[in-house]
Order: sequence, then structure tokens, then C-alpha cells
Amino acid sequence: MLLALHGVSKSYETAEGPLAVLQDIDLDLKAGESLSLTGESGSGKSTLLHLIAGLDSPDLGQIRVLDMDMATLDDSGRAAMRRGGVGLVFQQFNLIPSLDVSANLAFHAKLAGRHDPAWQASLTERLGLTSLLHRYPEQLSGGQQQRVAIGRTLAARPKLVLADEPTGNLDEATGDSVLALMLSLVAETGAGLLMVTHSIRLADQLDRRIHLRGGRIA
Amino acid sequence: MNVRRILLSLVLMLYAPVAMAQGFAGLGTAAEGFAVPKPGTVFQFPADHGAHPDYRIEWWYLTANLTGSDGKPYGVQWTLFRSALKPGETDPQIWMGHAALTAQVQHFVAERLARGGIGQAGVSTGVKTQPFLAWIDDWAMTSTVTDNTADTLSKLSLSASGKDFRYDLKLDAKGPIVLQGQGGYSVKSAAGQASNYYSQPFYTVEGTLTLPQGPVSVTGQAWLDREWSSQPLAENQTGWDWFSLHMDSGEKLMGFRLRDGGEGYTSATWIAADGTPTPLPPGALKVTPLNTAKVGERTIPVEWRVDVPSRNFSITTKALNTQSWMATSFPYWEGPINFTGSHSGRGYLEMTGYR
Amino acid sequence: MMWRAGLQALLSHWKRSPLQLAMLLLGLSLATALWSGVQAVNAQARASYDRAAATLGRDRLDQLVAADGNVFSQEVFVDLRRAGWLVSPVLEGDARFGTTRIHLIGIDPLTLPAEAQQVELSSNDDLISFMTPPGVMIVSEATAARLSGLDTPPLRISKDVPADTAIVDISAAQRLLGKPEQVSRLIVAPEQPLSQTPLADVAGTLVRKAPDGEGDLARLTDSFHLNLTAFGMLAFVVGLFIVYSAIGLAFEQRRPVFRTLRSLGFSAKALTGLLLAELLFFALVAGVAGVVLGYGIASLLLPDVAATLRGLYGADVPGVLSLRPSWWAAGVGIAVGGTLVSAAQSLWRVWHMPLLAPAQPRAWARASESALRIQALAALGLFGLTAALAHWGSGLVVGFSVLAAMLMGAALALPVLLAILLSLMQKQARGPLSFWFWADSRQQLPGLSLSLMALLLALAANVGVGTMVSSFRLTFTGWLDQRLAAELYITARTEDEAARLRTWLNPRVEAVLPIWNTEGDVRGQPAQIYGVANHATYRNNWPLLQSVPDVWDRVASGNSAIINEQLYRRDGLKLGDTLTLPGGWQTQIAGIYSDYGNPLAQVMVGVDALSQHYPEVSRLRYGVRLNPAKVPALREDLGRDFDLPPQNMVDQAAIKQTSLDIFEKTFAVTAVLNVLTLGVAGVAMFASLMTLSGMRLPQVAPLWAMGLTRRSLVWLELARTMVLAVLTMVAALPVGIGLAWVLLAIVNVEAFGWRLPMHLFPADWARLGGLSVLAALFAALIPLRRLARLAPTDLLKVFANER
Repeated sequence: MLLALHGVSKSYETAEGPLAVLQDIDLDLKAGESLSLTGESGSGKSTLLHLIAGLDSPDLGQIRVLDMDMATLDDSGRAAMRRGGVGLVFQQFNLIPSLDVSANLAFHAKLAGRHDPAWQASLTERLGLTSLLHRYPEQLSGGQQQRVAIGRTLAARPKLVLADEPTGNLDEATGDSVLALMLSLVAETGAGLLMVTHSIRLADQLDRRIHLRGGRIA
Repeated sequence: MNVRRILLSLVLMLYAPVAMAQGFAGLGTAAEGFAVPKPGTVFQFPADHGAHPDYRIEWWYLTANLTGSDGKPYGVQWTLFRSALKPGETDPQIWMGHAALTAQVQHFVAERLARGGIGQAGVSTGVKTQPFLAWIDDWAMTSTVTDNTADTLSKLSLSASGKDFRYDLKLDAKGPIVLQGQGGYSVKSAAGQASNYYSQPFYTVEGTLTLPQGPVSVTGQAWLDREWSSQPLAENQTGWDWFSLHMDSGEKLMGFRLRDGGEGYTSATWIAADGTPTPLPPGALKVTPLNTAKVGERTIPVEWRVDVPSRNFSITTKALNTQSWMATSFPYWEGPINFTGSHSGRGYLEMTGYR
Repeated sequence: MMWRAGLQALLSHWKRSPLQLAMLLLGLSLATALWSGVQAVNAQARASYDRAAATLGRDRLDQLVAADGNVFSQEVFVDLRRAGWLVSPVLEGDARFGTTRIHLIGIDPLTLPAEAQQVELSSNDDLISFMTPPGVMIVSEATAARLSGLDTPPLRISKDVPADTAIVDISAAQRLLGKPEQVSRLIVAPEQPLSQTPLADVAGTLVRKAPDGEGDLARLTDSFHLNLTAFGMLAFVVGLFIVYSAIGLAFEQRRPVFRTLRSLGFSAKALTGLLLAELLFFALVAGVAGVVLGYGIASLLLPDVAATLRGLYGADVPGVLSLRPSWWAAGVGIAVGGTLVSAAQSLWRVWHMPLLAPAQPRAWARASESALRIQALAALGLFGLTAALAHWGSGLVVGFSVLAAMLMGAALALPVLLAILLSLMQKQARGPLSFWFWADSRQQLPGLSLSLMALLLALAANVGVGTMVSSFRLTFTGWLDQRLAAELYITARTEDEAARLRTWLNPRVEAVLPIWNTEGDVRGQPAQIYGVANHATYRNNWPLLQSVPDVWDRVASGNSAIINEQLYRRDGLKLGDTLTLPGGWQTQIAGIYSDYGNPLAQVMVGVDALSQHYPEVSRLRYGVRLNPAKVPALREDLGRDFDLPPQNMVDQAAIKQTSLDIFEKTFAVTAVLNVLTLGVAGVAMFASLMTLSGMRLPQVAPLWAMGLTRRSLVWLELARTMVLAVLTMVAALPVGIGLAWVLLAIVNVEAFGWRLPMHLFPADWARLGGLSVLAALFAALIPLRRLARLAPTDLLKVFANER
């Protein structure tokens, strides 16, 4: 099992008292499987994704990623997990501004120790980034940046890909083509994909769908 | 360094009300070690034309009433003061020169100071080639007498200059030297302060004045006063009014009033045309201010009635230039006057101590 | 209403970023403080020079002096007066009372023009006692204290007399100086009579000198003050770096607010006006604070400056600061000016901001390749200018221009060099992290370059001035050892006592060396002329820089002289040149010796020749050679047998100590300014790092998301700061050494008249390097702590699309 959550709850302190963002969430994901997470704004989609990535910890419940209990990992253990096993694609593309496209693409793979020039070259080709390799992030359009972000994650061949509104900043046509490309590449690498989106239309293109409402699975 | 002011108070000690340390009890103490004038002293000329360094104070004081080739009246003053700082020492003595040139609407003044003993100023007598020389800086009163028998002051050349004027005059005495007071002993107060005093009032003058607008040749008459003493004014004396008058008749009158808040102390000498002096007793002369003029902030009497009833002398004087103000560091009024009345003529008026 | 709302919107920014506001105000007040502090010190000193220069109206009135610079007979004065010249005589010279040297100014109160009057003689008695023997010496209160109990004419105190100076009657001066009937110069009254004889016909040997508005002191100390001013300026510029970056950042961060205000109906003019008003308000507040702080700095510096000026130049500057209104105005003015200069670019951008342009954070900090290229060209140009000036220019101002061009060039070149270096490192990098490290450092460079430039300037100044001072100290102490060869220095009180002392000493010690001297004009400048005994002490020790082979024999023979370096350099003399000493004595230059700390020209001749040419020379001082162990005993004996006061017997160690004290004080000011400048650079660095740390989050968050711990991110950030600081330090070294060279070889020669060998002090550099790393560490600490303590939620905000 790539991912297994049991009874995960999370609340944040706000000015009006504690706010329960997630309550008693159970879910799992197998290798090669793609799962979409939908819900209204504020339903807790992103929080769930961050908990899975180990960027934050749950109040209650267990999160197992790649058969490791996240609660047993310390900060550097979780960092190692993100480095080696998990790939993140964000809505804000979060490229490294000081590196050009080629270096950005290679960065995560190199950190994970899985840099494969041939694989990267083929990704570059298929993502249509060949002519942009020596540009810097600020010189790219939104769609181009998102393709680089996806390429960077896939170049590292993570077992689990976590994507948070990866096409949120793109127009519909571009978004569709980027998603299609991502799905086919994930399938090719045999990784699992968990994607947060508020678009039912996009969610339907994935194997399974979970809908969150008020912090619970509906 | 308010040197000028101090020096004037030294030099003009007879004019200025200086508080006396010892009162009037004895002349000797008031003179603080300096020689004092004594009645009955007979002047020795030409020696007494020179300086008397054992006296505190002394002057060579010449005034001239002139008429220019342009027909206008002018007046000239040339004064050299000597003042000893300490008794018993010949140097340092301090010398001061005042020069003035007065016209109807202009009045030029210059002032010089010098220490004695270095050659910057002094009076020399008895040198064969130059029997008399009184000088300070480039100002000089020089004897031009060549005749051994004549008085050395009977012929003089006189020069002085300031920032914007200059004069060069030749003087020729047409009469004798005149002793003032009792044979040259001139009493200055009821308490007995006195000075040694003689005059040469009989000069005829010719020469050149240099004014900002150009030179003017002049002729006229002049009066030289010589006086030396050691005593200050009496404590209550605040200033004086001093007249030297050339009458058209050839007679002269020297008269002064020392003001003391009351009647004042007056003294005068009537000088006949041949030079015979008649000292008049105190009170014989009466002076009455008639009109005043504003000179700066001060109010100065510039028109006077002068009476000597015993001589049937009653005149009114008018200043040639009411602004004849000697704007030296210790200022006073001195300028040419005309007079009419029982007698007419011209002369000089000096007034000190007006505020 | 609209204005208030707009202002509120603008000002709310500062409430949210109090640190930024603090930086802005701190930078501005620090810059103002250093600048106005230095200006206050200079103004105080200049005021006292002006007073000295105005002595006897010298700054306003013409003077007549002898063409050969010597004294002349008072007869010339009398001749001139009698030729219609209104002139007043002055006789000046130094007289010794006990061991105290007093500069006598003899005047003639009777002829002194009103414009030249210096002191008040307010009564008859004053004047009489002033002009009649023994006369009166009018002195300052401090001088009176020094002279109390000594055999002087009666003293009178006046606050208008400079230190160690006495105004006396000219007759008293002639008597005390042993120059009967002599005068040194004549003051020409401004108003002269209608006619006078031409000067040449009366006194052909005199020349007329125009008034000297500046005065000797001002001229001598010019260099010293230029030095201070240069440092004040440097500190000010460094401070403005802070202001510039704080303003730039605040403007960039408020761009959205600006845009909103514009779209709500504020014209570009109104917005710019509001911002200008805001800045002016800050400038006023910071300016006033800066002036107050500057007053503190000035009070701190002034005693040392006063001590230096007294020790080096004999200038009397009160050690207590007087507040001048002009100083307040100037301080606040420079704060406002500095703010406007720093804000000009930002204001210009607001003025021209297109209404719909997207917000571009960090646009202000992004320097493109072409900007770097322009900077590189400018730096090259400045370096060229530096070389050209150093090669062809001369004079103190040129010296400082060389410094300015070099420092500016170096500052401009720094980001270029760092960018090149970092790219090279990036190319060398193997791992992804080190690759990112170098790439990211390069990316950070534009944001940090201003503070790095400030650091470079401060470090270079430190290295340069440190090298100069240390070189000087090394040379100076060695020179003192040579120069002060005698073990004991004795000053007799009278000529008679001097003769008895010689007889008494001769059998008891190894040698009694006369130190006799006189003063006069040499080559148109005041000079000291010393007699030197024909003794091994001089042959073995005297610090000669150049000499002919048999120099000491020639000096002893009386036909040659040795001169000090100041005279040699100032007048461009060389060995073998003929030198005319006062009185027309012709002698040949046989050697040149170093003479640090003396502003005057100095000539040494054989002591026999000296007393032969100047029979009136004072014969009171002697150097005594003997076994150092016997010095205390000898002092005791001298005290017993001659009743010689202790201050008339000074041993070598005491003189050395005094000299070194003066030396240390001279550079204490420089050192304080140095430290302050480094401190300001530290603050600039801190400000930049704080600024950057706020913008770092989006840049480091992805790395965290990709599996780097916060801890390693903090270390990397720290390493980056350290690398940049160390690289800057390394770059500062050659700049600093260049600076030291300019100071030693150009500025010192112009300022003091001597050139010093340069010594290098790597240990000092290491210490300074450590200090700068420490400063950088300190500056980085707070921003990094912020990063290290960042909660994951803060990092998450970067990724969140739901808030």
C-alpha cells in the first residue's frame, strides 16, 4: 500500500477558537492508482495533502506513506521521505528562481539520487520544454512553469505524486493537456497519484474520487 | 583697546572732569609728582617754545580763519598735544595730533597718536638748521625763520592731512608773543588750578587747502596758543567755552568760561593791536548762549553773546559751520566763527563737555 | 479627508513593519550623526583658528614685512609714519619664562588701527602700566596659570588672547625678546591720508602683504580636518546605503497600496507628494536625532582632537563643545538631503508607475547583466581616474580625490567581481545543493550588494587607515629612539645658571650637548634653527634620510646645514643646494632628517656657527649623556645643588611617553570613526539581511517541500552570508592597502610634509577579518533565527491555495 490514512483529524487555532479542518479521515491508495480529492474551498483538501507530505502533523489518527508511519519520523526523516519517495506539484509553481529550467528539472532527481539524464531528456521532450531549457522561471508563462514543476517531480521518479490544483492557474485547454500528460506519465512510472482539485470535470479523469465536505469524507 | 579715549582724557585733563584723588588742598599733591606752574615764572624763548616733559600735559594749538580764492571762508585747526604717563621719566610720553579743515558745509577731522622717544612725534628746538619743529607723523609745524634775532615761531610752515583733506600753510607773525594771565600764569579755577599760557595771535596766513573737490589757495589770519600744566580741572567743572577773537580793529580777545553748573569761572585777556595784553579779572567776561544746533544727538550752543562791560564790548557770534564737530575719540566742538555788535571780526570757538 | 485616508493607508505599512521603519530611521540618524559630529568638531576647531587668524586684524588688514622675512628697524616705521603712512608696528617672537615658552606679540596701542584691536585697556592706569616698564603681559586664563610664580612682568587676563601667547607693549617685547628697536611687521590701517610718499621711496626693503584670511593655523591643520571630513563623508555614504535600501524596499512592498490609491483617484502627483511628505517627516525626525547623537560623538571626539591639535600644531581649541545654531540647521539639512538623494529613484518610479503594471516584488533588487556591465565599466573608469590622478596630480585635494575614486571604483567593482566568482563556483559545483547554493547566492547578490559595498568601504578604510597608523607608529617609535639619544634634558633658568650647570655637569657625565636654537624665516616660512654639537651622539643616532658622505664634519665646520624632511619636501630642495638663513647666512644642505610631529621647517647647523651668527641665541637647554642608571641620582643632585625644578629636568622616557601620547591621540579620532563606520556597515548588512529574509520564504519553501530540513536551510543561509562577507573582506584587502599607500605616499606628504615607509600587518587583517565575519554573523543572526523558528504553517502558506 502506497498510502493509508486511519482516523486522521486536524484542527487549527483561530481567533474564534479551534477550527476543525479534518475529522476522522480514512483513505488508501495503491501503486499505479490515481485518486482525486474534491471539495469546496475550506473543506480541508490542501491540509490533507500537506499532512500526507509530512509538511504538517495530524492531531489524531495514523498516516502511513510507503509503509512508513509518519508519526515515527522526525523532521529529517520526513524530509528524507519527501526527498526520496514523494513528489509534490503545487498550484503556485514553486520553481527555484535562481536555477534555469534544465537545473530545475534535474534538481529533485539529483537530491533523491535518481538523476537519469535519458529519462529527463524524454520528459523534457514530451513536456515540450526543449527550447526553454536555459530560461529562468521568471521568463516563462504560467503553463510553461507548471509543466516544469511537473517535469521536476516526475524526473525524480517518486513512488507517490501529490498534486495540489496543478492546473489551477491554467486555462481549461492547457489544463486538460497538462493533466493528460501528467496522468500518462504517472501511469508509465507506476507511481500513485493523489490530486487535489475543486473541478469535478478534472476529478472524473482519475481512477477514484473522494469528496470532502466540512472536513469529512462525504 | 579704548586707547584713544583714555589718551584724550589724559591729554584733555584740563577740559575733562577727572575726579581728583587728593581734592584741591595742595597743588603739588594734585599734580602727583609733576612740576606745577608757579606765578612769576619768566618764560625763556625759544626754549619754552619746546616741550616741558616734567609737566603732565602741554599743547601747541593753532587755529586759522581763512578766505579762499573762491571767496569763501574757511577754518583750519592744527593741534599737537603732549602727555606724560609718569612723572620723572622723560619717556614714554604720548603725543596726539588733531587737525581739522572747516568750510561752510564741510568739516574734515583727523587724529594721530604716537609715543615719544622714537621719532614718530615730538617738538625740537635749538637746532641751527631747523630752530623749531613740532611734528606727529607727516604733520608738521616748522619754523622758517632765517633771521637769528626774530622769534623762532614768527615764521612757520604748517601741514596736516587726513583721509580726504590736506593743508599746507605759511604763517608770518605781525606782532609779538602775548603772555596770558599774570605774565603767563593763567588761573583756571577759584581753587587755584593754573597753567602756563602764552599766545601768538598775530599771524597772517597764505597757503593751499586740498579738499575732495580740489585745491583752493587761501589767505587769512591765525592764532597759536601754547599751554602747559599738570593739574586736572576742579571736580565740579564740567567743560568749557573758549573764544579767541580777531577784531577788525586789530585788537584781540582771548576769553573762556569754565562751567561748573553755576555761574562758571570766566577769565579773559584783552590784547591791544600792538600786542599789549591786559588780563581781565575773573567775572569781567560774560558769555551767554543764544541759539543751539543739533549736532548728532547733542545740542550745542552755536550762537553766543560775549560781553566785556568794562571794555564796552558786546558782540554776537555765529558759527561758520554749526557742524564743526571734532569727531575724534573724545569729541568736542571747535570751529571758526564771525561776530558783530560793538565790534566785528572773526575767530575760533571751542566748546567741550556738552552732551 | 482624502489626504488623511491616503496617508493612513501609506503609514499603515510602517505599523506592520516596525523593524523596517527602525532601520530607515537608524540609518538616517547614524549617517547624520557621524557627519554632523565630524562637522561640529571641525567647526569648533575652525572657529578657534579664525580667532587666532584674526589676531591683530591679520585676516583683514594689509601688512608690511621685510622682503627677507626678518625683523627690521623701527626707524623704518617712523620714516613711514612721517611719510604719511598710517602703519602700526608689531614685534613677535617666543620668549622663555622658566621652562614655559610664550609667544609674545608686541603692539603699539597708540597706532594700532581699530580693526586690529585685540584686548581692552579700559583705564588710564591700564594704559600707563601697559606702556611703562616693566609692562603688562595680557594672557589667557590658562596661560596665566602656567606662568604663575614665574619671573614675568605683571599678568592681566583676557579671554581674547590665544593660548601660550601674551600681548605686550612693543617696548616690552623688544626688551623681553632682546630685540631693541626692532619690529617684525607693520599693520597698514585701512584708511590712509590723502597723500603719501610711495612705499618704495621710503622703505624699499619692505613688501606689502594682502590680508591673510586663513591664518597659518588653518593652513597647517587643513589636512587634518580634510582627513576628518573625508571620514565623516565616508560614514555618511555608508549610512545612506541603509537609507537607500530601506526606502527602496518600503516602496516596493507598498506598490499594491500605491496602485490601489491610484485607482481610487490619487494622481501620480498627489501620491508622490504624500510619499515625499512622509519621507521629509522621517528625515526631520531622524535628522534631529542624528544631530543630538552627533553632538554626543563630537563631545567624545573633541578632547582627543583638541589634544592632537595642541600637540601637533600648537593650536588652541577648547575641549568643550559649543553648540552653534548653524550646526543644527546643517545636520537636519544633510539628513533631508541624504533622504531625498536616497529616495530619488524610488520616488521617480512611483511618479512614472503605470497604473496597470503588475506588482513585481524584488524588481528593485534585480540587476540585469547589462547593469553589471555598466557598473564594471564605471569601476574601470574610476580606477583609470585613480591611476591618472595619482600619477599626474598633486596636492591634498587630489590625494583625497584619488582615495574617493579608488573607493568608489572598488565599491562598484565588488558586485561584478562577486557575480563572476559565484558563476565560476556554480560551474564548478557538483551536487545539486552546492549548485543551487552558488546559483542562489548569485541571485541574492543584487539585494545584498549595497550593504556589501558598504562593508567593503568600511573594511577597506579600516585596513588602509590601520596600515597607515601602524606603519607610522612603527616608524615613529624607531625614530624617537634615534632622535632622543640623550638620557636627560635640562633647561636652565638663566644664562648664568646655564654656564654654572655646564661647569658642574662636565666632570660628572659623558657629554653635555647644547640644544640651542633661534627662530627666523627660511625661504619665506617660519623656521627653527638649531645648533648641533660635534658629538658621536649625533653621528650614531640622528635619523638622516639622505646625506653627503662627510655630513657631520661639514655641519661642525659651519658651512653646511641639515634640514628636516618637511622643509625638503615642501620646497623641493636637494643635497648641495644653498640655503639662506636669517641674517643672510649662506649655507649648503648636507643632509635631510626625518622630523615627525613638527609642522615647522627646521635647520640644524654647527652649534659654534650658530652662536657666532646669532650671538643672542638662548643657551639654556642641554641634552646630557650618561649611564641611564645614574639619571635619578643626577636629577637629585641637580635639584639639591641648583634648586632646579623637576620640570626643568626631563628624562628621555618621559619625553618619549609624551610624544607617543600625542601620537596615539592623533589617531584615536581616526580609530573611533573607523569603528563607527564599521558599525554602520554592520547595520547596513543587518538591514539588507532582514529585508531579504522576508522575501526568502517563497524561495526556500520549495526546497523544504522537496526534502531539505529547516536546519540545513538555515545553515546554508548562514554559509551564504559568511561566504559573501569573507569574499568582501578579501576584496577589501587590496583596496585597503591601496588606500594606505595613498595615505602614506600622497596625503601624509601633503598634509604633514613627511613620507613614511609602508609596513604590512597581516595579523591585523586576520583580526579585522574575524571581526567582519563576526559582524556578518551578528547581522545574520536575527533573520536566520526567524527562519529557524518558522512554524511549518508559515512555510505552508506559500503553498496554500486555500486561506
